[in-house]
Amino acid sequence: MELQQVDTILDDYQERRGLLVPILQDIQATYNYLPREALERVAERRGIPLSQVYSVANFYTAFSLVPRGKNIISVCMGTACHVRGAPQVLEELERQLKITAGHTSPDMMWTLLTVNCLGACALGPVVVVNETYHGHMTRATVTDVLDDHARESEDAK
Amino acid sequence: MQEKAKTQNSLRLGSPKQLERYRAVLLKDRDPDFPTIYLCGGTGCRASGAEAVADAFRAEIGRRALEVQVALKETGCRGFCERGPLLVVEPTGVFYQHVTIEDVPEIIEKTVLQGEIIDRLLYEDPVTEEKLKAEFDIPFYRKQLRVVLAMNEHIDPTRIEDYIAAGGYAGLAKALNMLPDDIIAELLESGLRGRGGAGFPTGKKWKACREATGKTKFLICNCDEGDPGAYMDRSILEGNPHSVLEGMTIGAFAIGASEGVVYVRNEYPLAVKHLTIAIGQAHALGLLGENILGGHFSFDVSICRGGGAFVCGEETALIASVEGLQGEARPRPPYPAQKGLWGRPTNINNVETWANVPHIISRGAKWFAGIGTEGSKGTKVFSLVGKISNTGLVEVPMGITMREIVYDVGGGIPDGRKFKAVQSGGPSGGCIPEEHLDIAIDFDRLSEVGSMMGSGGLIVMDDRTCMVDVARYFLKFLEEESCGKCTPCREGIRQMRIILDRIVGGQGRDEDIDTLQELAETVADASLCGLGQTAPNPVLTTLRYFRDEYLAHIRDHTCPAGVCRALIRYSILDDKCVGCGVCAKACPAECISGEKKKPHTIDQDKCIRCGVCMSKCKFDAVALE
Repeated sequence: MELQQVDTILDDYQERRGLLVPILQDIQATYNYLPREALERVAERRGIPLSQVYSVANFYTAFSLVPRGKNIISVCMGTACHVRGAPQVLEELERQLKITAGHTSPDMMWTLLTVNCLGACALGPVVVVNETYHGHMTRATVTDVLDDHARESEDAK
Repeated sequence: MQEKAKTQNSLRLGSPKQLERYRAVLLKDRDPDFPTIYLCGGTGCRASGAEAVADAFRAEIGRRALEVQVALKETGCRGFCERGPLLVVEPTGVFYQHVTIEDVPEIIEKTVLQGEIIDRLLYEDPVTEEKLKAEFDIPFYRKQLRVVLAMNEHIDPTRIEDYIAAGGYAGLAKALNMLPDDIIAELLESGLRGRGGAGFPTGKKWKACREATGKTKFLICNCDEGDPGAYMDRSILEGNPHSVLEGMTIGAFAIGASEGVVYVRNEYPLAVKHLTIAIGQAHALGLLGENILGGHFSFDVSICRGGGAFVCGEETALIASVEGLQGEARPRPPYPAQKGLWGRPTNINNVETWANVPHIISRGAKWFAGIGTEGSKGTKVFSLVGKISNTGLVEVPMGITMREIVYDVGGGIPDGRKFKAVQSGGPSGGCIPEEHLDIAIDFDRLSEVGSMMGSGGLIVMDDRTCMVDVARYFLKFLEEESCGKCTPCREGIRQMRIILDRIVGGQGRDEDIDTLQELAETVADASLCGLGQTAPNPVLTTLRYFRDEYLAHIRDHTCPAGVCRALIRYSILDDKCVGCGVCAKACPAECISGEKKKPHTIDQDKCIRCGVCMSKCKFDAVALE
């Protein structure tokens, strides 16, 4: 596996102490997940045990140790969204995508995630696909949103 | 443009006097009557399409070559997120809401160039049906007192010149001419209490850190705003990052710290972006870094992004996270003021606390202490969300009543529903029922009724919100976010959640309420950090105020709010159903059948109780039992 990009990221952080979380974030932003080889390189170059790197990668919800799909769907599960019906929206997404929250579809098209709060409560329930916000979601609008993004992915090809 | 940036870079303010001179120059160049469109660029408005609106304005201004006649300024959050995208056209002060790209040419042509008002974009008072022209006419803004958020509406957060022109960094200049002990005395006298949740007096915290032994000291700004339904800190950091940097620099000077870290949630990319820009600009002008404003004092700030762990809002867990470890809390004492980041004395305050500091220093402790109640001074920013007409960010003086916030500022409950409760203080807070709506909001009064100030999320609930389900929601949240280090929190919350699962599933037992109560008290007493100690609050307050709802679930197997799926069923009323088939088409479980133009029926075995049929039916023929 090509680790040049990991090295570049590590170079940016130089000798500054701590900062493991931001380093892993940058790696995930590059590779879309945290490959094992990348974690090993981080441990080696930062001079910290691999177990520590792994424990941090495993502890924070932002990190994924397995490859994620092309489109990332985040369903806001904040309180405001919850009382406005977010659980039903999530359920409908799970039903249509045939995956449960935290998982990726076998064709690597979709990864379905839940987030604690996106702070866009006026639009609740909110679903974010990649970087596009969809507000006032209902079971009925789930189909439209998925269709829109599937079409976009198709066009991008 | 580039030329301008160059001169800026070479300009370094060598003394407080030079800062004042620079401010005077900036103000001289500014014409307050220059036609300007102030477009809200907060995350809420962006999610509603504000960026496309901004692009459309730029394109329209370019197309008509109006650059010398009209300016566009993208500001921080204006608060009225429900109505976004928002904008104000100055100098007339016309306030437009729900602006779309189609409205852009008309706004330029009519409002900006001819001073004409476009009626359909104005806010209409839902009670009087009167169209309101200016922001301050709108009930949502009338009872607010904006201190921390005041500048948000006028400055572009990516331009330090805007902040300085508006009086920014005057507090720092003043503080550098004071003795550190006098600054702390000023903070103590102001009565400022930490805005992150617990409400500890800020001056006391600073004093402890100043008095701690050690040459190297650190400051941390906590923007790990993890409470769901709360986004005050994000809006401050996004909309006015310099106010936080100025507050931190004053704090660093008072405490004797040389380095600061801003810990920001990973979910807040815009806040990170604006803060990064702000740090660079403050450096270039000599307001941060070596020899600030030409003096002997040096202080620097870096950003650390969080990894999405709620417990990292707790100060010792946050420190662990900055150090590159799992975000686990550790017992206190020693407090961070003695032994914090890298074992050094560390002072941690929340974003809103830091943003209050420059105001206190420049306007004086007496001014600040003049706002609020006996034990809680100043203003508080709340995010008012949930089942409320005016969702948004509000800043009110301490001491205002909850009723005023919900009904006057928030415009009450939408869709003609009835108010049930308002939840404050995040997952560790509590639910306040109708009977306590008239309490004055301050740290102590909220604790008395079983809730807490928390960081400022207010989630309004109506009669269609099930309080048992809400309690379960918070426990599930905390179960997932518990770091797992101590047993009472890790296991106790889980057991409570299992009991609540049972109750909402229609399997509740009579003894469940007592068991919940007992578990709740144990978890509160025996947990290591604030997360566990306050985790039972949602259960305790809902038991205290909404016990009848628990009993309805357990004894009568009903959910009065019609939320808990195991306890509800949908059916079609024969006398109302016209057999249009809309519900059958919409049903995701395909469990509705019937002949055309004849009453339909729902197959209860297949029904997933999603309620789509009810929302689609135009004839009110679907009933919820």
